[in-house]
Amino acid sequence: MKKKELLVAAIENGTVIDHIPSDRLFDVVRLLKIESMTSAVTVGYNLKSQDLGLKSIIKIADKYFTDEELNQLAVVCPNLTLCIIRDYDIVEKHTVHLPEELIGIVKCSNPKCITNNEPMRTRFRSVGSQLVCHYCNHTEDLKNVKLVQEEN
Amino acid sequence: MENRSLVSIADHTREKIEYLIQMAQEFERRPNRHLLEGKVVATLFFEPSTRTRLSFETAANRLGARVIGFADPKVTSGTKGETLKDTIMMVSNYADVIVMRHYLEGAARYASEVAPVPIVNAGDGANQHPSQTMLDLYSMYKTQGTLDNLNIYLVGDLKYGRTVHSMLTAMRHFSPTFHFIAPEELAMPETYKKYCRDHGIKYVEHTEFDADVIAGADILYMTRVQKERFTDLMEYERVKDRYLLKLDMLAKAKPTMKILHPLPRVNEIEYSIDDDPHAYYFEQARNGLYARQALICDALGITLEDVKNDKTIIL
Ligand SMILES: [Zn+2]
Repeated sequence: MKKKELLVAAIENGTVIDHIPSDRLFDVVRLLKIESMTSAVTVGYNLKSQDLGLKSIIKIADKYFTDEELNQLAVVCPNLTLCIIRDYDIVEKHTVHLPEELIGIVKCSNPKCITNNEPMRTRFRSVGSQLVCHYCNHTEDLKNVKLVQEEN
Repeated sequence: MENRSLVSIADHTREKIEYLIQMAQEFERRPNRHLLEGKVVATLFFEPSTRTRLSFETAANRLGARVIGFADPKVTSGTKGETLKDTIMMVSNYADVIVMRHYLEGAARYASEVAPVPIVNAGDGANQHPSQTMLDLYSMYKTQGTLDNLNIYLVGDLKYGRTVHSMLTAMRHFSPTFHFIAPEELAMPETYKKYCRDHGIKYVEHTEFDADVIAGADILYMTRVQKERFTDLMEYERVKDRYLLKLDMLAKAKPTMKILHPLPRVNEIEYSIDDDPHAYYFEQARNGLYARQALICDALGITLEDVKNDKTIIL
């Protein structure tokens, strides 16, 4: 890692999620359920980035995610980079890929959609840069999708 | 178990659409039968629609089924805060098939996923109304002898009119040429034009509506231009008469051209046209009965073969 990225303390083992647009940081926190984790989490917020303006970064110690958990992040930040850290070294670098189907993640912006009026999970399929609601056929632009609020 | 629900006509292949048309034809020949004796058909109208409900209930009654349900959501549990799922599960205990109309979009798809019995979508908000599309297709087939290579002129509200949008998706199998005739404010949305381009469906756009434009039509499909759709009421006053079909506009029409309208009409078609041989909207509504008989039977797993070999016909 380059020196300037060390603004946030390095971790020995775990996952580093980089290039998060700052306005999407809390979406990432929510999607990965970071608030309910017990391992050490370091968050860098509003760091300077050449391509994103202000970016954020999250480092989670002793935690590795499944592809499924990580790929859902493509909904809010398609250009995310992920580093798997072992013994202070980057052993793997990943990008995220938008899954074909998203269940229970994205909120439908159509107020007359059944998913906004019934206790049920939303379902979208991705078509290019758009998401199509499985129920009402409304399309959402990936740039301004809203996530469903935490249930339970 | 295979899901026999009908949620959207877009789910159907060309073969399935032709199959259902054949079944509707059988019912048109012999509409009165005991084919559904012993069956219970539920009609749940979470949003009132007298026409559609009467058509479905007549379809079921003429085949000998019993019909339960409600026509007005105010008298049912929906307003007491019961979820759609709970209502559907409860009714599934009583009925063999549920015909439902709902004001929420996607309601029928969701019901079809939770219900143990098949669902027939009788309209879900602005989303889908497949039985209307089915009767439109049947009407076109009957009057033109085929669904292939037709010149279909869609007139009026092409922005909000769900029947015209469903028709685009259903007709993608039959290489039609569409003509879109609408005021600017109610023009065919870009998403549907893109759909046409992506599926190789030809279309032409017009703002004029006169005898010369109509001359090329096999089907002239009129829709209601509603005042409440306009943000600018001046604009409404300016265009409302421009999309009114008058008798003299039929002067150059093909002899086989038919005028369709999903009804009710407001003032899109001059009353003097009703007696003209091009007028077809009342027969079209009657075709809805046969189309819905076919849809109910298909949902119940009754095949075209069963209908052809049916020994329960009432002569
Ligand atoms: Zn939706």
